[in-house]
Amino acid sequence: MSTTAPVAERPTPETTKKPKRQTSFNEGTGRLAALLLSPTMIVLILVVGLPILAALRESLYTSGQQIDESGFIVQGSKFVGLDNYTAIFSGETGTRFWNAFYNTTFFTVACVVLETVLGVMMALVMHKAFRGRGIVRASILVPWAIPTVVSALLWKWIFQADGIANEMLGTQILWSTEGWQSVLSVIVADTWKTAPFIGLLVLAGLQTIPTDVYEAAKVDGASVWQTFTRITMPLVKPALLVAVLFRILDTLRIFDLPFVLVGPNKESVETLSILAYLEANQTRYGPAAAYATLLFIYVAVVAYVFVKLLGADVFGDAIQRKTKKNGRNGRGRGKQTDPGAPVAGLTAGGGLGGE
Amino acid sequence: MLLASACGGGNDESSGGTSTGGALEGRGPINFATGKDTSGNLTNQVAAWNSQHPDEKVTVSELPESADQQRAQMISNAQNKSDAFSVLNMDVVWTAEFAANRWVTELQPSEFPDLGKLLPSTVDTAKYRDKLYGIPVTSDGGLLYYRKDLLDKAGLQPPKTWEEMVTACTKVKALPEGKNIGCYSGQFEKYEGLTVNFSEAVNGAGGVVVGDDGKPNVDTPEALAGLTALTEGFKTGFIPKAAITYKEEEGRRAFQEGNLLFHRNWPYVYAKAQAKDGSSKIAGKFAVAPLPGQTGAGVSTLGGHNYAISEFAKNKATAADFMKFMSSEERQKANIEKTSQAPTWASLYDDPTLNKQFPYLAPLKASIESAKSRPKVVKYGDVTTAIQEAAYGALTGTMTPKDALAGLQTKLSSLITQ
Repeated sequence: MSTTAPVAERPTPETTKKPKRQTSFNEGTGRLAALLLSPTMIVLILVVGLPILAALRESLYTSGQQIDESGFIVQGSKFVGLDNYTAIFSGETGTRFWNAFYNTTFFTVACVVLETVLGVMMALVMHKAFRGRGIVRASILVPWAIPTVVSALLWKWIFQADGIANEMLGTQILWSTEGWQSVLSVIVADTWKTAPFIGLLVLAGLQTIPTDVYEAAKVDGASVWQTFTRITMPLVKPALLVAVLFRILDTLRIFDLPFVLVGPNKESVETLSILAYLEANQTRYGPAAAYATLLFIYVAVVAYVFVKLLGADVFGDAIQRKTKKNGRNGRGRGKQTDPGAPVAGLTAGGGLGGE
Repeated sequence: MLLASACGGGNDESSGGTSTGGALEGRGPINFATGKDTSGNLTNQVAAWNSQHPDEKVTVSELPESADQQRAQMISNAQNKSDAFSVLNMDVVWTAEFAANRWVTELQPSEFPDLGKLLPSTVDTAKYRDKLYGIPVTSDGGLLYYRKDLLDKAGLQPPKTWEEMVTACTKVKALPEGKNIGCYSGQFEKYEGLTVNFSEAVNGAGGVVVGDDGKPNVDTPEALAGLTALTEGFKTGFIPKAAITYKEEEGRRAFQEGNLLFHRNWPYVYAKAQAKDGSSKIAGKFAVAPLPGQTGAGVSTLGGHNYAISEFAKNKATAADFMKFMSSEERQKANIEKTSQAPTWASLYDDPTLNKQFPYLAPLKASIESAKSRPKVVKYGDVTTAIQEAAYGALTGTMTPKDALAGLQTKLSSLITQ
């Protein structure tokens, strides 16, 4: 009996060890994989890793803030620890930061909700087969093809005092002044520009849904609404979630639209990116890096929460993971432990021998 | 010469009499960093130099059109201690920052004998703590554009004071042709133009933003009078509400559409408003005058560009010669003929042929001669933001002019520590 007990226990540590062993099995392949991946890794480290580290380091320093007696800037940078961060949250800058934080979040929520609703509608329209579909598709996608700064300038033209917006609405609203109107103008411009992006990704999702599902639903007498909520939405959800995640991450960094359309230093539309830009523009790179780092953390947290809560399948590996899981939990146990056992026996051999 | 330039490029410049820069040594090809040349004439100017100096050719690095981005690129070049840019075409308000960071070389006035022939106020913009860091090549001053046809009809002369301007507008509005016209506008959107217009209002009322001693002194009755004139203007409708969104171009369009009786803008507007291709409804119906002040003549804020030598440049002797060349009477004349950019060479303003071509030259000279520089401070970006914050708050009515100025004084005092 004493011999069966350890054997029964064994598989657990084995399965955790297993991946390691598998690589050692294919050591040559693993090494080749590492070799083939290394250029990508080096590039990633150079263009992503190092800049992030450099920005983090920068955020702990200040430079060029002191003037000596003859009027020259004192050279060199000084380590200040977390001072740049604490300065952001204190006093006047604190109010400004939280205002920008609120604006950023508000823009993200408002814009992404609107864009999702409109984007899905656009996708449904683009998906339908009708005459002139090509033209409709192209015209829906045009806004997405225009650079943000250019679209900001276009909207600025529309929203100026004697612009088309006022003309059509019959109003005299000064859109670029502080207040709800400037917020609204940014939301309108952003939605106009990026709803097609969601539309495009959702359209791709729609096209993967087989038509026989719909035919079956029709045969069963499902209503249009039922078909949409029970078939289209669930099946298009993975694509939609990825699109929404991308939009959230993008909108959290929103800069060009408020900056060009409304202008810098406008409380109503000031976002975190704008604060970071304004600091860097005053050659205060330390505080600018601190703002950028805070934004980075905020974006990372939001992305994490989104992925965890809604299970957005960003890397397209959900299906693989599921099949693996099934393999392990279901039939897998016996199958995996069987070839594993002798190996485990070999390594555990020493221990057994000692017994 | 070659040997000298090879040595002179390094850091061994102790031979010079001053702390920075030293003698300008080294000859050879140089690079000229400037904002996008919207006039199209820079190529001709540089070609003229290159044809005379085959061994010291100048190549042009065209930076973006936006001043912020030009400055950002010049700063990044300096922080890398790169010799890519030799001569920098700098906005007048950057002088203090670039000088204090030792990004540009100090110049000896004795090496630039023609300095005395330039308008003194423009030379002043190139100085930081009484030392010279650049040579002014173009200038800019505010002008009062007015509808001559309407003033003539009402039997009025162009106004010399703000008060006169207000009465003039009331009279013109009594005419059937002037019933719906807006009275006055400058640039009141929250950007650099607001700093310019606010400073003009304050200076025109006898106040200062930052005094000659370098200390902020804006919480004064004079400054209050200046700012109140603007806020009252918005309240009474003397300045149309839409003007709070005006930058140069929005204001120019409104004036060209015939919607404004008086308009404060830069000289570049003249040619555009005078265009006879139908783009301007007021071609031939307007004229220019110096800016009005509260009690007497107004005070313009000085614009323009100075050429400076990057501290890290090679061939500084060539760079200095190039600056002399570009600021020379001949080149400046050639430039204004093509581009209508305001020259810094004083006598050009009295040239009869030029005056015929550009009728605004006489008022412009008066404007520039009496013009004031914006604060010469290292943290100019922060200072101008603070000014815009206060002025915009007062103009949009979120704070009283008195509170705005008091707040601005506190803010400026903390920013300008000298």
